[in-house]
This record gives sequence, C-alpha cells and structure tokens, in this order.
Amino acid sequence: MSFDLKDGRIVIVGASLAGLRAAETLREKGFTGSLTLVGEEPELPYDRPPLSKAVLLGRAGAEDCGLPGRRSLDAHWRLGVRATGLDPEARRLLLADGEQLPYDRLLIATGTRARPWPNPEEAALDGVLTLRTSQDAARLARLLDARPHRVLVVGAGFTGSEIASACRERGLDVTVVERGRAPLIGALGGTVGAWAIRLQRAHGVDLRCGVTVTALLGRNGRLSGAELSDGSRIDAEVAVVCLGAVRNTEWLADSGLAAGPRGVACDAGCRVFTMYGIVTDDVFVAGDVARFPHPLFEYQLIALEHWGNAIAQAEVAAHNMVSPGPRRRPHLAVPSFWSSQFGLNIKSVGVPTFSDQVILAQGSPGERRLVAVYGYRGRITAAVTVDRAKWLEHYRHLIETAAPFPPGPGAADHLAGQEPVPSDVPDPRVLSHGPTVALTGHLPDWRLTLLRPAG
Amino acid sequence: MSTDTLFRRITDYANRPDPYPLYAELREHGVARQEDGAFLVGTYDEITALLHDPRVSSDVRNRDDAEELLAGEDPAAPRSFIALDDPEHDRLRRLAMRRFGPPHTPGRIDALRQDITAIAEDLARGLGEKQHIDIVDDFAFPLPVAVICRLLGVPGEDVPQVHEWADAVVAGLDFSPEEEPAERRRTALQARQAMGVYLGELARTRRERPTGDLLSQLANEDGPDGRLTDGELMSTATLLLIAGHETTVNLITNGVLTLGRHPEALQRLCDDPELMPRAVEELLRFEPPVQFLPQRTPLADIEVAGVTVPKGAPLILVLASGNRDPLRFPEPDRFRPDREDNQHLGFGSGVHSCFGAPLARLETQIALTVLLRRLGSWRLLADPPEYRRSPVLRGPRHLPVERGGGVS
Ligand SMILES: Cc1cc2nc3c(=O)[nH]c(=O)nc-3n(C[C@H](O)[C@H](O)[C@H](O)COP(=O)(O)OP(=O)(O)OC[C@H]3O[C@@H](n4cnc5c(N)ncnc54)[C@H](O)[C@@H]3O)c2cc1C
Ligand code: HEM
Repeated sequence: MSFDLKDGRIVIVGASLAGLRAAETLREKGFTGSLTLVGEEPELPYDRPPLSKAVLLGRAGAEDCGLPGRRSLDAHWRLGVRATGLDPEARRLLLADGEQLPYDRLLIATGTRARPWPNPEEAALDGVLTLRTSQDAARLARLLDARPHRVLVVGAGFTGSEIASACRERGLDVTVVERGRAPLIGALGGTVGAWAIRLQRAHGVDLRCGVTVTALLGRNGRLSGAELSDGSRIDAEVAVVCLGAVRNTEWLADSGLAAGPRGVACDAGCRVFTMYGIVTDDVFVAGDVARFPHPLFEYQLIALEHWGNAIAQAEVAAHNMVSPGPRRRPHLAVPSFWSSQFGLNIKSVGVPTFSDQVILAQGSPGERRLVAVYGYRGRITAAVTVDRAKWLEHYRHLIETAAPFPPGPGAADHLAGQEPVPSDVPDPRVLSHGPTVALTGHLPDWRLTLLRPAG
Repeated sequence: MSTDTLFRRITDYANRPDPYPLYAELREHGVARQEDGAFLVGTYDEITALLHDPRVSSDVRNRDDAEELLAGEDPAAPRSFIALDDPEHDRLRRLAMRRFGPPHTPGRIDALRQDITAIAEDLARGLGEKQHIDIVDDFAFPLPVAVICRLLGVPGEDVPQVHEWADAVVAGLDFSPEEEPAERRRTALQARQAMGVYLGELARTRRERPTGDLLSQLANEDGPDGRLTDGELMSTATLLLIAGHETTVNLITNGVLTLGRHPEALQRLCDDPELMPRAVEELLRFEPPVQFLPQRTPLADIEVAGVTVPKGAPLILVLASGNRDPLRFPEPDRFRPDREDNQHLGFGSGVHSCFGAPLARLETQIALTVLLRRLGSWRLLADPPEYRRSPVLRGPRHLPVERGGGVS
C-alpha cells in the first residue's frame, strides 16, 4: 500500500503558492511517480503579497516576484491552460484545449480571483482594474508611474488599504470608498476599524465610509470619475476595484464534489467531500479555495485567504496524498496573517471574526503600537498586533490553550482602563469587500442575528 | 533530596562541572519553589512560553526585594535594554538594531567575516609551535573583545583598557551564594561606570566626526524612533561590549572541551568543515554559555504548569535544562553535531532573545574552524577542567590541551 502511494500519477490544478508547495512536499516525502501542474496563468508560480506593496512602490518589478523553488520537481508544467471539468469516476481532468489528463490522485489549488466590478461596461473603461495577478500589478504600477491626479480605491479591505497606502507614499491623491463603517472592519471588527479610520486620515487618504460607488464615469472610453451613493462625485483617472475575492470553483460545477461559491469543502486531512458529504480519498484541496474544519473554531468550515495557510495546508495535503491512513496528519495550524500599510506592520493570529468581544490589551494607539485581543464566549480566539508582532507567539499560545478572555492583568506596556467591548464584526453582506477571513456556517457575533429579516 | 534546595545545589561550585543531573531533577518537578521564595523552571515548553509572555518582566525593579538588589546603584542612571520591558526595551533595541542587522543594515555582520578571520588567524599564529596551550588565555579570551571593539570602532590602543573593564564587570556577575558579594559588586559597578564614561566620550567625538563604525552610527542615528540620548548611548554601547564577551569566550572554550570529549565528532568536523554551523548550534544546546536567566519577575500572579508564581517573585529560567528536555529533543544528552530541528534556548527566546546572535555564531564558527586547523592533533589535559565560579555564565577558567597524541 505505502509503496503504491509513492508512485502513480498526481495532478495538481492551480500552479501558484499552494500548488507549488504541495508539489515540493510530494517530492520531499518520496513521491517518485509522475507529477503534473496545470495552471491558467502563463507565468511560473509567483508571490502575490508584494503585488500590493513593494511592486506599487517601485521597489520590485511585478515580474520579479517569482517564488523560489525549494527543490527540483521533475514535473510536467501545463501553464496557460485552464482546467474546465473533472470526471471523478474515470479520474480524468478536462482541460480547455480539449486534452484529458488521467490521474490517480488530484489536488485542487485553484485559489481565488478578484471580484470584478459588477457593471461590465464600466469595468472595461481604461483606468479601471482589479489587483490579483502579476499582470494586474504591472498595469497598476504603470498607471501610478504616470502620476494620475487622483486614484479611487473601491473597498477598504487589506488589499484596498495597502493600495491606498502605496498611493500616499508616492504622494498621489487617493480616495477610498468603503460601504462598511471603517477600513478592515470585515476582517478585524469595529475597534481596530475605528483605529484604521484615524490612521488613513492621518496619512492624507480621502476616506469615505458608509458610502458606495454607484457608477464609474467615463469619457471617450477612459475613466473620468465616479458617482457615490451620497450624491457626491469625484474625479479620478484610476480606479482599483477591491471588492474581495471569488473562489475558482466553477470548473467543478458538474463534478459531484462539495464545491461552490464558498469554496471546496474538505475534512481535517484536506480530503474533499462529495456534495453528499461523503469524503473522497483521491481528491484533495489546499489554499485559498479550501474550506476546512478547525477544532479551535468549533469545527466550523473556515476558508482563509492567507499566505501562511496556503503553505501549511499544501504541506499537509501533500503529506496525506502519499501517506497511508494512520500516518495522515490533520491541518491544525492556527491561522495567521500579515499586512503592511502606512509604514506599519499589522499581524493577526487566530480568527478575529470568530469573536463576540475585543479588548485593547497592550500598546498605545496614539503612538502607533497596538495589541487587540479577541474573545468568544469567554475564551481567547484571536489577536491583532500593530508593530508588536513579537507578542503574537504568546497570544497564539493562549488561543491554542483556550485561555480565558479577557486576558489577565500585568502585561508590559498594557493599556490602562480598557474594558472588553463588542467586537463588532459585521455581517459580511454589508461590506463592499469580502471579509478576508470568512467564517462560513453560523457567525458567532450577535449582530448577525439582528440582521435576520424580521418576520 | 528536597527540590527547594535545588537552586542552592545548582549554584554550589562543586556541581559546576556537571549540573545536568540537577537539571533532570528539576524537570521531573516542573516548577520548583525554592526555600527563599524564588521559582525555578526547567522544561522547554514552559520556558519558551514564559520568554514570550508580556507579563514576565526583565526589570528587577519589579521584584519584591528590588530595594535590596539595587542597593548602591543610581536609580536615575539609564538602564540597558536587556533589563527593561516594553515599550522602552523595544525602542532601544530597535534603535540599536537599525545599525546592526536586517532590515536596515543587513550586511553588517557578514562584512566582519574577514576581520574576524584575521583576528582569529592572528591569535592562532601566536600559538606557534607551543606544546601546551590554554585555550582560554591563549585564544578564546582575547577574541570577542577584539571583535566587538572593531565593530564599535574602539581605537586599537584603547582595547586593553576596555578589556580590563569588561573583565571586572563580568567578574561582578561571577557570584556564588556563599561569598560576600559587596566588594566584587562595587568593583564591577566602578568598571561599568568607567566604561560608560569612556564610551560616552568616544561617542561625542564620533558625533562630531563619524568614522563609519557602529558607535558613530548609533551616535548620529536619526530614524523614526529619534535619537539615543547620551545616557542611552552609553548604556547601550556598554551592554554590547559586555553581553558578548564572556558568553562567546565560553562558547568557544566549551566547543573545544566538548570536541575533546567526542573524538568522532571532532573527526567529522575536521573532515567536513561545512558541518561547523550546525555543530555550533548543537553546542549552544548541549553546553550553553548562559545556563539560566536569573532576572525575570512576573508582573501578575501567573500559572506555570499548574503552579502559581506570585507577582514580584524571582523567576529563574534554566535554559540549559530546557535544552536537555527529552520532550523537545530526542536523545537530549547526546552531542550530535548534525542534529536537525535544533531550536535550542542557548540565545534565549522571545523578545529579549540574543541581539548579538548572528555575530556570536559567526565568531564561534570562524574561531573553531581556524583553531582546529591550526592545532593539528591534540588532547585535553584536564577533564573536567577548572571552572569559573559563575553558575550563570558557566565555562572553564582554563582549558589546557596538549598537541599530538589525540585525534585529527
Ligand atoms: C495583492 C495581494 C496581496 C496579498 N497580501 C497578503 C499578505 O500580505 N499576507 C497574506 O497572508 N496573504 C496575502 N495575500 C493572499 C495570498 O497571496 C494568498 O493566500 C495565496 O496566494 C493563496 O495561494 P493559492 O495557491 O491557494 O491560490 P492562488 O494564489 O489564488 O493561486 C491559484 C492559481 O490557480 C489558477 N487557477 C484558477 N482556476 C484554474 C483552473 N480552472 N485551471 C487551472 N488553473 C487555475 C490561478 O490562475 C492561480 O494561478 C495577498 C493576495 C493578493 C492578491
Ligand atoms: C555565544 C555567545 C552568546 C550567547 C550564548 C548569548 C546569549 C544570550 C542570551 C541567553 C540572551 C537573553 C538574555 C535574556 O533573555 O535576559 C542574550 C541577550 C543579549 N545578547 Fe547575547 N549572547 C552571546 C553573544 C552576544 C554578542 C556577541 C552580543 C553583542 C554583540 C550580544 C548581545 C546581547 C544583547 C544586547 C542582549 C540583550 C537583548 C535584549 O534584551 O533584547 N550577545 N544573549
């Protein structure tokens, strides 16, 4: 049995971070069979986080973000071609060019794409774009190089906020329009959101919250500005649409797998479920496209758009693809995420949206250092630090050990007089950008129940 | 024996050559309260967690017995960041790090490679054809001070004086509970002050006329965290000089001692010098120069492995014991120079983890490589060797070896 598992045909769909790391791990674990990576993008795997940071600041070229290979893969690369379907019974992957790839085990790592601007005509205007791929980033960097008079950022999640930060650092005027009450509120809740409002304004961002863009305006096929729901109008030459991500699962529509808009559901070992909730043993999933149960979050199926999760999950999936049952490992890593914006380093551990309360535990918001700790029903479930990443390890430990919330007294640099307040994680539906951490299943925050349509 | 005397037994000079059985006893008991109210922790997971815990202070002013401990010190004198907590610790460490390593000055330590090699070769050449060598006096002892002086930009003619002060300061730490420490402490305090005054004056000169070295840069730093005050500059420079002195001496010496005891490992290293970086990591685990951290204090009652350590109590983290924890390291009592997954506590962990680690690593790797090449075959003349008094900065006072007759 175990000999078989190290041999045979493995196909990986999606040749980005998760796909590459899984391929490397398969070889590390002694897989000697044939390995094929299918990727829609023509480029070899590259890293996305710099695309909204260093690349927009001109510190790195969009084409310089290639992911370093950790080992030689001896793999077949099928780049620039899309997978269009799956026949799980015949174990064949269908490609857009008509080819059919047979496999013994399959890994789905198709990630997400940027949610497009809903009006296709407006989206087609010159100067309107989204940011997900290196080509997007190259285009946006070129547009910023031309020093537009104003950039419009639609949606103030992490990507939108990072773009706004890059614009300000380059001395460009930028307007950020966010439907929610604050930037980052979908991922980090109201308390950190309120802090982010002050941060952005202090850096000269023209921030408009509680407002939506109702139309992008064009002149001769070029973007000229936008109309907002409060009746105002702004002029802008560039608009970056940052409305969150869409999971790349359409190609699995007829596969009989549990794949849909929320992702591809799997068990703790990354094995994909069928639509009837029966676990498969030859189809695995990892990265942004996966929904997986996490014991720290009550076994709800969570989906994370996190660089670190893509790697950790890919490694577990690959391990399990070549290991017999009792040797298989669960994917239990505590989620963590980072972002850099406005000269600050924001990091999180745990799942901040899985919370009912939050407390500012350490730091000094005025001096740009902060530790916010999140709790759910009396235990610590997440922490967010601003320029204080060194404390994350401690809070990770508290999350893992289900330590009581709020954390006890005595921390160095603690913020005096703080009390827990509702974490104020809004219903994702009121946000214009998708939350970066999507807790699918029921959301613990009571505000969600308030939003249920009244009888 | 009762565990509340463990600390007394660990610090007992008679146990200096081999404290490891006592550490095993400590781990058996998890957290051991001592007769004087101090708490000893010796298991890897607990030590690591405490070193990351914001409720654990490095500032002894938070001790219940602070007044006694600080007798004779000027309370207004600036403290070095090893003895401070967030946010002061963070600011001072960050300011110093800007000119020491990544992200702002990534090449600094690597640029010293040639200098260090030259200094080590020089010392090794000085051994000549001598038959009997004291690894401490003839080689390990002069090296780190020479290197840190080069880094800071202390002029060559002042190095002997700086060395003398550094020795006196370190001797002040070399306590044993039996003796009356006042005299030693007074000498140490004076040396520290003299060193501070000297470095302060040097820094003022460098402020006017920078010479490209670390001290010049620290003196003229104007980053987002502002500038170091004169007092902060003095205490930071003094810290850098002292922290890397005896620790590195001991690591090099412990390296020679350990290799003398493990001929197969020595042979492997001679055959395959590429193994040296990993061997140095294993040394930091197996015979760490800093055996325990005696300065921690909880800022609130905290629970450690089921025991409540009260606010203000002395909390002693026995790094050398964590390094031998079988729950973390397979075959912990074996010296395995090619050990994988070796996240030892030799440089501490968490927010105060060793600032100078990249330098110490490079220095020790170079020193041992040069020394082994120059020594030819050799053997230990005294095993165990005579140890220094300190149970914290534990290492041989002398390590006599004889050329010929041994391995390689
Ligand atoms: C601008 C930006 C900034 C980011 N910054 C951070 C950050 O600071 N910190 C952080 O933690 N995370 C960050 N992320 C998120 C991080 O990059 C993702 O979590 C990571 O890329 C996920 O990797 P993945 O391999 O699962 O999916 P993806 O990187 O989305 O890769 C999926 C791949 O599959 C391909 N594909 C899709 N469908 C098909 C198909 N049918 N057939 C063949 N191929 C297909 C796609 O073309 C794509 O190449 C950022 C993301 C972006 C876009
Ligand atoms: C082998 C040599 C060394 C060893 C074993 C060692 C070990 C340690 C340990 C265990 C700590 C943690 C102290 C604590 O947590 O309280 C520490 C801190 C420190 N070390 Fe080293 N060290 C070595 C070399 C050096 C060198 C060469 C330098 C200077 C360039 C240096 C500078 C420092 C400083 C400044 C700190 C304080 C860090 C802080 O408080 O943030 N060390 N070292």
